[in-house]
Amino acid sequence: MATIAKMDARSGTPGSPVGIILRLIGLAILDAFAIWFITRLFADQAWVFGVLVVIVTIGINAFFLSEKLYAFRWFSPGLALMILMVVYPMLSTIYVAFTNYGSGHILSRQQTIDLLLEPRGDNLFIPEGATEYQFAAYRSEDGRYLLWLIDEAGRAFAAAPGEPLMANGEGLDGVGTLDSDGFPETIQGYTRLNRIEIASDDILPTLVFGTAEDSIGISGRRAARFELRYSYDEASDTLTDRESGVAYTAVDGVYTAADGSVLPGGYFVWVGLRNFIDLATSPALSGPLVQIFIWTIMHAFLAVLITFVVGLSFALVFNSDLVPGKKILRSAMLIPYAMPAFIAVLIWRGLLSENLGPISIVIRDWFGWSPPWFTDYFWSRVGVLVVQMWLGFPYMMLICTGALQSIPSEIYEASEVDGASAWQRFWNLTLPLLLVAVGPILISSFSFNFNNFGVIRLYNQGGPPMTPTAGWTDILISYTYRIAFSSGQSDYGLASAITIVIFAIVLVITVLNFRFTGTWEEVSQNV
Amino acid sequence: MSEVKSAAVGAAQSTQKEGYWTVRVYRERALRLLVIAIALIYALFPVAFIISSSFNPSGSILGQGLIPNNPSLVHYNELLNSALFPFPLWVWNSVKISTITAFLAVMIGALSAYSFSRFRFSGRRALLLTIFLIQVFPNILAIVAIYLLLQTIGEIIPAFGLRTHAGLITVYLGGALGVNTWLMKGFFDTIPRELDESAMIDGASNWQIFWVIIFPLVRPVLAVVGILSFVGTYGDFILPLVLLIGEPDQYTLALGLSIVLGDQFSQNWGLFAAGALLGAAPIVVMYIAMQDYIVGGLTQGAVKG
Repeated sequence: MATIAKMDARSGTPGSPVGIILRLIGLAILDAFAIWFITRLFADQAWVFGVLVVIVTIGINAFFLSEKLYAFRWFSPGLALMILMVVYPMLSTIYVAFTNYGSGHILSRQQTIDLLLEPRGDNLFIPEGATEYQFAAYRSEDGRYLLWLIDEAGRAFAAAPGEPLMANGEGLDGVGTLDSDGFPETIQGYTRLNRIEIASDDILPTLVFGTAEDSIGISGRRAARFELRYSYDEASDTLTDRESGVAYTAVDGVYTAADGSVLPGGYFVWVGLRNFIDLATSPALSGPLVQIFIWTIMHAFLAVLITFVVGLSFALVFNSDLVPGKKILRSAMLIPYAMPAFIAVLIWRGLLSENLGPISIVIRDWFGWSPPWFTDYFWSRVGVLVVQMWLGFPYMMLICTGALQSIPSEIYEASEVDGASAWQRFWNLTLPLLLVAVGPILISSFSFNFNNFGVIRLYNQGGPPMTPTAGWTDILISYTYRIAFSSGQSDYGLASAITIVIFAIVLVITVLNFRFTGTWEEVSQNV
Repeated sequence: MSEVKSAAVGAAQSTQKEGYWTVRVYRERALRLLVIAIALIYALFPVAFIISSSFNPSGSILGQGLIPNNPSLVHYNELLNSALFPFPLWVWNSVKISTITAFLAVMIGALSAYSFSRFRFSGRRALLLTIFLIQVFPNILAIVAIYLLLQTIGEIIPAFGLRTHAGLITVYLGGALGVNTWLMKGFFDTIPRELDESAMIDGASNWQIFWVIIFPLVRPVLAVVGILSFVGTYGDFILPLVLLIGEPDQYTLALGLSIVLGDQFSQNWGLFAAGALLGAAPIVVMYIAMQDYIVGGLTQGAVKG
C-alpha cells in the first residue's frame, strides 16, 4: 500500500516526432472510418448505437491527443469494445423489453410506409380509366418477358421489367417485320405468345414492366399503366387503398383497417409495461413461466448440491495417506470436467438414449423397465441432473480437496482428546469449516448453472414440450432463446422482458454473494 | 506404495494395541480403494465407451461395448473425408476463432492491467469498480440484443455481421476487459514498482517498461488467461448457435457436432465418437497438464488481490 500512496506522477512522455506523426495518422484513419460508419448508422436509424460510437470515437481521440489522459490509452481498445458490445446490448435489452419488437414489427415506421409505397407487386393497381395499351407479349427461352405496346395515339413501345420504355423498340436487336396490327412477328431471342398462352401464363400478371415512374402491367386482357395502390396522408398517419377506398391506420405499429385486416410489414412501438403484464397475467405465458422459474432455481440448486456431495465424498476418500498415486488418480478424475461440456452432454445423450443407449439397455435388462429420459417431464429433469453430476463433480472435488487440506490438523487432535466420534468430527468440524471456505464457490456455481444454456439446450432442447413454446427442462435463459429465435414467431420484446427478470435475479444473487463474502470490501480495498 | 504402507504401519506401531490398529488400517485402506475404483469407473466409462465406439466399424450405438470388435480406423477416415459434414473445417474454425479471441483478449487485458496497476489518474477507482460490476452479468443474457446489433452492423459492414467469424470474435472481445483486467491487475501489482522506477531513471519509455520488464515477468498469468479464454471460446455453444446458424461453412465444432450428429445415434454414432474424441482430446490434455494453474485461476477468480 505504501507504494500506492506515493502518487504516481508518470504520464505520457512527449514522444519522438515520428511517434507523434504515426499516432496522428492512426487517429485520422480511425476517424475517417468512424465518420463513415456513424453516418451509415444514423441513416439506418440506429440512433443509440450511433451516439455511442460517436462518444467512443471522441473518447479515443481525447485519450490519444491529451497527455493528461495518457493512462486511458492503454485500455481504450478494451473499453471501446466493452461499451459497444456489452454495455450497449444491456441498454438495448432494457429498451426492447418495453417495445413489441419481433415478427411483424421488425421495421421502423418510415421503412414500413416506404415498403408499401414502393412501386412493385401488390403495391400497384390499374385504376378505372387508366391509360390502356394494345399489346403483344414475348417470352425468351430462359423465361424473360417483353411487351410490345401501342398507345391510343398509335405510338409503339417495347417494355421489359426494370428497364425504361423503348420507343419503337429502339435498343432491341432483331425486331422482325410488323404484322397488320403493328406488332413485330418475331423478336430475336423471344417467342411471341398467343392469346391462350397469355391467358394461362401465371407469371405475366405479376410482372411490372418499365421503371418505377413508367410502370405498365397486364391485367386480364388489358395492358395498362399502373398506379400506386396506397396513398399516404401524413397528418392523419393513414394509408388508403385507392382501389377499395379502405383506410388503414397504425395500431401498435401495423396498419390496420376498421374490419381488422392488416397491411404487410409493421414497425415496433413503445408498449410500456405490456410485456411484463403479459408475463404476469396471460395464462399462456404465466403458467409456463412459473414452472420454468421453479425449475430454473431447482436445477441450479440441485446441480450444485449433488456435484458438491459427490465431489466432497470423493475428496474425503482421496484425502488420506492410505491412498497411493493420488496425483495421477486425481488427474484421471478431472477428465469429465476438462472435457468440453458440449461434447460430454452429447455423449450422455447417446448413453441415455431411450431405445439404443447402453445405460438404458442395462437398466432395462435388470429391471424390465428403463426411465424415459427424454420424453417424460420428470425423468428428463432427472437426466439433466445425471449429466450435470458427471460434468461438475470433479470441480467440486478439487475445490473440496484444497479446502480440506487447509483445515489445520490441530483441531482434530483436540476433538479426539475430547472423545468426538469420526461422524461428529465431520458434522461439527469439517463441514462448517469447509462451507466457509467453499461457500462463495458454491454460490458462483449456482449463478453459473442458473444460466447454463448449453447443458439444457444440448440435452433435450429444453423438451419434452410443455406448451408449443416452452419445455419441461427449459430454464429461463433457454426459454428466452426459444421466444426470440426458435419458435416461428420471434418476439424480441417479450424475450427481453424475461431477460430483465434474469438480470434482476443475477443481481440479487451477486449482492448476496458479496455480502456473504465481503467481496465488495475486498475489491474496493484492492483498487 | 511401500512408503505409504510403512508410514501407516509406523503410525500404528506407536500405539499399544498394535494388532487392532493394523487390521483397522488395512480395512480402511481397502474401503477407500474400493470407493476410488467406483469413482474412477464412474468418471471414465463414458470416455472409454466413446474411445471404443470410435474404433468400432459399426456406426450404430447399439451393440457397442467397452472393447471394440474388429477395431478399425474407418470412422477417422470418414471424418477427414466426409461429404456429410466438414469436420476438419469446423475444427479449423473453432481453433481459429479461439486462438484469435484468446490472443486479443490477453493483449487487451494485459495493456489495461498495466495501466490500472501502474498509473494513478482520476476516475481510475470508479472505472475499475464499474468494470467489476459489469462483468458480473454474463453477456449471454443480452443475447437478443447482441443478435440485433450484429444484424445492424452487418447491413453496413457485412464482414462483421451475423454468420461471420469477425462478428463473433468482436462479441467475445467485448467481455475481455471485464473478465481479465482484475485477474491480471492483481498479478501486476505483485511486481515491485522499483523495477519500473529504475528503468525509468535509465530513460526507458512506458512502452519499453511494459514490453521489456513487465511482460516477461507476467507471462505465467498471461498463459493462464489465454488458455482459459481459448478453452472457454472453444467450448462455447450459445453464441455460435445464435450468431452463426444457417451458414454451415462458418460453424464451430460445438455447433456442427451438435446439429449434424446430435440425433443420429443409430447411424452416425461411430463417426460422432471419433469426432468427439478428436475434438476433446487436445483440450483435455491441455487442461490436465495445466490443472494447478487453471484451478488456481478459477478459484481466485476476479478478486485476486
